[in-house]
Amino acid sequence: MLERGEVANSWRRERWDSLRLLTPNWLSRLPGLDYDGPDPDGFMTTGEVVEFIERFARVAAAPVRAGVEVTAVRPADDGYHVATDRGDLHCRALVLASGACNLATVPALAAGVPPEVHQLTPLGYRGPGQLPDGGVLVVGASATGVQLAAELRRSGRPVTLSVGEHVRLPRVYRGRDVHWWMHESGVWDQRWDEIDDLDRARRLPSPQLVGTPERGTLDLNALTALGIELVGRFAAVRDGTALFSGGLRNVCALADLKMNRLLATFDEWALGADVGPSEEFAPTAVARATRLKLDLRGGEFSTVIWATGFRPDYRWLDVPVVDPKGRLRHDGGVVDAPGLYALGLPMLRRRRSSFINGIEDDARAVIDHLARKL
Amino acid sequence: MTTVDNGVNVQALLDAREVLKGAPEAAQFTWRASSKWQNGVHSTATVEKFFGLGAEQTHKTASTFSADHPAVFAAEDNGITPIEYLLVGLASCLTAGVASVAQNRGIQLRSIESTVEGNHDIRGILGADSDVRNGYNDIKVTFNIDADASKEEIEALVAQSQKRSAVYDALSNPTDITVEVA
Repeated sequence: MLERGEVANSWRRERWDSLRLLTPNWLSRLPGLDYDGPDPDGFMTTGEVVEFIERFARVAAAPVRAGVEVTAVRPADDGYHVATDRGDLHCRALVLASGACNLATVPALAAGVPPEVHQLTPLGYRGPGQLPDGGVLVVGASATGVQLAAELRRSGRPVTLSVGEHVRLPRVYRGRDVHWWMHESGVWDQRWDEIDDLDRARRLPSPQLVGTPERGTLDLNALTALGIELVGRFAAVRDGTALFSGGLRNVCALADLKMNRLLATFDEWALGADVGPSEEFAPTAVARATRLKLDLRGGEFSTVIWATGFRPDYRWLDVPVVDPKGRLRHDGGVVDAPGLYALGLPMLRRRRSSFINGIEDDARAVIDHLARKL
Repeated sequence: MTTVDNGVNVQALLDAREVLKGAPEAAQFTWRASSKWQNGVHSTATVEKFFGLGAEQTHKTASTFSADHPAVFAAEDNGITPIEYLLVGLASCLTAGVASVAQNRGIQLRSIESTVEGNHDIRGILGADSDVRNGYNDIKVTFNIDADASKEEIEALVAQSQKRSAVYDALSNPTDITVEVA
């Protein structure tokens, strides 16, 4: 196992200070390592995730070579040549477990943002204190965007959130954590080879969730209550003015409809289960007139944060298995090149694949295939 | 086989989607209209040819549209105002979307009716107040749909129709426009 930094490197260096896991502790499990702490319904801080993964490294006695950065992988006789900053290796089979969130995706229109406005991505964000004074425009309303918007607003700054298509979820439904529902009802067990539109399932934005001790919901209504202004999808910058879509109402309607459909499938599944009484959530409230343009030169905003998604970095992978959109071509983790495998990507083999507790089944299936090939 | 028939050939659309996934150049269309001034603020526009699927295409017949201003604008009202054409485009695009999505979802429609209202402060175009924009301040579409479906399913049809509507996108998002003198 090659690790470019230390064990749990990205959790040490690429997360903001206040981040907690979106999955409750009791469900954050790795093969042979269940949570055994005092707060099963809580959510691990990044520090606790680092400890958890370090502990797993010891329990699993994994042969980790830390501080080895892979600089290139290319096909070689009967396998792959792996170039690293500590010398070269040859292997017959290779598992890519380098993650799905190595790079922050920033739309091309960012180039039009005036130079006096500070821009950053979630990978460079640590906390409100690092930002210059002034208003913040957060672009993107998935888990990252809603969490940063809420934190910045609570620090006293004016915050505007640009919202495109998104996934709305309550943190707790009928007395149970929404991840309990996903886990127990079988939603997370939906397989990659049985799903209608796999491409879409793999691109699905992360739901508007946050892990906090209060187990609070962080949907757009919660953000509006905090005093955050919602605007539509960021469409263009013209002469220093940011232009936003007038379609906010519809993306909110779509998210409400999808959430209600999911909750209805939970209700159907839960007939007779030990859960609380039925629950309904108010539709997402959208102001009668949302602002369609914001002057980025007028001093209202000092900072734009691009919470517009992440993507894997395969620049070191010199094997033709990446599609023109930068996505790895694989079938349930079996990559489109002999002896090459992937783990730890969204919807790799199941909806559960995005989560720490999804790795066990995925790894078993992928390693079974790999072992048979060898 | 489903017996639902809204008159939309969804299979052809789904097939086209698959084919065009691998042939993005064939998906590049250019729509065209040509306009001719008549008199006053009256003009006529003709739409006949367009480009798509890698070739010049022609509508079954050419269509001609008259645009003018109403009498309250001190004009002759030989046709609807240009900004009303946007409402026509929006209503027909969303209606087509509802029918297509319903067909794809196996929902039988009996009727789709809609009204579209665009609120317009004309002080903008008159130059009477520089803070007022020229175009619509907002647009409201109200659908009345009779179908074999629940209220939630109908709401989902209308939402999905907006999500995939060319005119909705063109009106709700900025578009780069070049105007030249030939």
